[in-house]
Amino acid sequence: MPDATGLELLAQELGDATLETVYFRERATLVVDPATIRTVLSALRAKGYAFLASVHGVDHYPDEPRLGVVYELLDMSRVDRVTVKLRVPTDAPHVESVVADWPTADHQEREIYDMFGVVFDGHPDLRRILMPEDYEGHPQRRDFPVGGEPVIFTRDETKWLEARE
Amino acid sequence: MTPGEQPTLSEYRRREQSITLSPLDEQAEREESAQDATQELLTLNFGPHHPATHGVLRLLVTLQGEVVRDIKPIIGYVHTGIEKTAEDKAYWKVIPIVERMDYLSYYFNAMAYCGAVETLLEVQVPTRGQYLRVIHLELNRIASHLIWLGTSALDLGAVSIFLYCLRERELILDLFEMSSGARMHTRYFQVGGVIDDIPSGFERRLREFLKVMPGRADEYGAILNSNQIVLERLRGTCPLDADTLLSLGVTGPLLRAAGNPWDLRKATPYSSYEDFQFKIPVGTVGDNYDRYRCRVAEIKESVRIIEQALDGLPEGPYVSPDRKVALPPRHELSTSMEALIHHFKLVTEGFRVPPGEVYYAIESPRGELGCFVRSDGSSKPARVHMRDPSFVNLQALSHMAEGGYIADMIATVAMLDPILGGIDR
Amino acid sequence: MEVKRQPALRVRELNAHQLLRGGELEGANRPARLEGEELEEYVQERVLLTTLDKTVAWARSNSFFPLGFGLACCAMEQFHAAGPRMDIARFGFEAFRASPRQADLIILAGRVSIKMAPIIRKLYDQMLEPKWAISMGACCSSMGVFNNYALVPADKFMPVDLHVPGCPPRPEALMHGILKLRKLVQDDPDMGWRERYEAVGTEEAPSDV
Repeated sequence: MPDATGLELLAQELGDATLETVYFRERATLVVDPATIRTVLSALRAKGYAFLASVHGVDHYPDEPRLGVVYELLDMSRVDRVTVKLRVPTDAPHVESVVADWPTADHQEREIYDMFGVVFDGHPDLRRILMPEDYEGHPQRRDFPVGGEPVIFTRDETKWLEARE
Repeated sequence: MTPGEQPTLSEYRRREQSITLSPLDEQAEREESAQDATQELLTLNFGPHHPATHGVLRLLVTLQGEVVRDIKPIIGYVHTGIEKTAEDKAYWKVIPIVERMDYLSYYFNAMAYCGAVETLLEVQVPTRGQYLRVIHLELNRIASHLIWLGTSALDLGAVSIFLYCLRERELILDLFEMSSGARMHTRYFQVGGVIDDIPSGFERRLREFLKVMPGRADEYGAILNSNQIVLERLRGTCPLDADTLLSLGVTGPLLRAAGNPWDLRKATPYSSYEDFQFKIPVGTVGDNYDRYRCRVAEIKESVRIIEQALDGLPEGPYVSPDRKVALPPRHELSTSMEALIHHFKLVTEGFRVPPGEVYYAIESPRGELGCFVRSDGSSKPARVHMRDPSFVNLQALSHMAEGGYIADMIATVAMLDPILGGIDR
Repeated sequence: MEVKRQPALRVRELNAHQLLRGGELEGANRPARLEGEELEEYVQERVLLTTLDKTVAWARSNSFFPLGFGLACCAMEQFHAAGPRMDIARFGFEAFRASPRQADLIILAGRVSIKMAPIIRKLYDQMLEPKWAISMGACCSSMGVFNNYALVPADKFMPVDLHVPGCPPRPEALMHGILKLRKLVQDDPDMGWRERYEAVGTEEAPSDV
């Protein structure tokens, strides 16, 4: 990981795009403006972080803006990791897709769309990946109920069959 | 509904139809004017229930004759909502939930999650605990590769290899049962170390296994390496170069078979892997044969790691002495009041983790397994995300198998080692 | 060169009759023939009388053709049940069929998600009568470890004959379950589920081609 000063230098180079830097448990994180994500990632790639390890979503309920997308970058030659985060509100959950530069983000962005509802503009095939395609709702959001079924015990079977009628 | 009427189908249901035929591009027809002008592309559904799909993977394969032109994997048939369930449970109760994700490498799932939580808590795992973790992780790596070898050989037609691999795996599962009580999904790894020390007969049994295993791995090599069928089906089929693999995010034996020796155990050593000497098997061409040889070689390297860990196993505690995180030993409960209170607090509410986010990555048998934990200061995690290697590796399937025959695609899916539990979570 | 010729059919029948009655063939020193009670015992030791139902049930129970169907972690323990230590082939169940049309036992090994449930139902419907279903593991019997939006217990969409608890159940537990099913089939082939689930009339009718 770049150390704290390295992180600040990185943030300065990226200029207006960075909203915040976080250095926590020896891991560096940049919080960036959602509209600039593609340029930020390209700039980081130019610096050596050429491997996108993971793209995943977070729901910061109840803090606004709620939906976050986290990009984990890895520099294999210097064995360095850096995290890039952005946050979008639920009423305008649009983020530019980075699939054109980083093909690994294909399925992962689809999963974030499926689970959180973040719409990735420019994604070649944005549809649900884990839930059935005609499912309604975004399950991983914190206000979506966990769900579940009451357990059907055999001793309750007559009650359950009667309830069905 | 009258008998002759077709029910109205949603777009999703219409796409579920098994076969579609579509005319070839006119351009392509003109180019290959020697061929029959009435050729069509056949889209075939390798449904979720199929003997060769290693779980419930659905592939929409577009074929031109027997040549694969396009593959679209459709997943989600074993989606369990693991990450959602994990938000509902105390931190140590998440460990069995997360273990069931990638169901062949359960210790790795637990390790990634425990590593992330330990980083958040800034808890040190004692060396004995780390060595025990390494022993179990490498045993699990061998077990996972054995099932991979067995099922892949089954796909290629070599049925007896399946039984041989299961024979070895029974030995490993016996060892797991000795140390933790369960064969699979053992909840052996806890935050701060392991749940209990190894029993007295464990070391002897493990040494017997280690004496036997390299010979068996050589036996599998002797049967398969020079086998004409294996060579014809695996050598030269579906290669992919390392740069494309890196851009697709592929790590693990697939990347190593293509020539890039990236291994997180060497690059960012965790859990005292830096104490052990082992080699990284690397392939040259990146075709199916290299992937097969890489994994079998990894089995033997894992045996070496376990031997070194067993020889160097230090004395000491197996779990962190921080009572706010790890359960106190039972004998203290009858003498110490603080131990009783800690035990009560840990079992009912669980420990609280300071707010923050951490991504912790380890090397699982399939590649980089990362765990992202976000905590908001309470005793339940606010977000647990497992970056599963099979989920990302699956994107490489269409790049690998396009242009090859169907039989090569089957072999490629086998060599890709997808675990649908990890893909779908 | 003298070729030993088989005696004529009637002669062979008579010889067999004599053997059955405890006698020897013509030409040897013949001991006394069995008569009365001894003959009854001799015959009872060698001839079995049963009903057609029982025979068919016995044959069916000893040759389940399981459908090769594994969903998640329980599938790994299912492999071990078919593996060299706990050998399912000892009991005659080693022919795992790939096609549901040729299978009569479906072992639901693993968690059933909502996307997979209609497909499993389709598979179950494609199986031939008589068919049985074993729900292996906690996830498909009840909701198991994950009681959430994504899973369906198997009882909700298909009739299950046997539940094997465990997460995952040991191969020995699965064997115990299969042997229990075998005993069920031998004693009472019709388990009555069609009446309980109001499914009378859903058997696949033979096609009149």
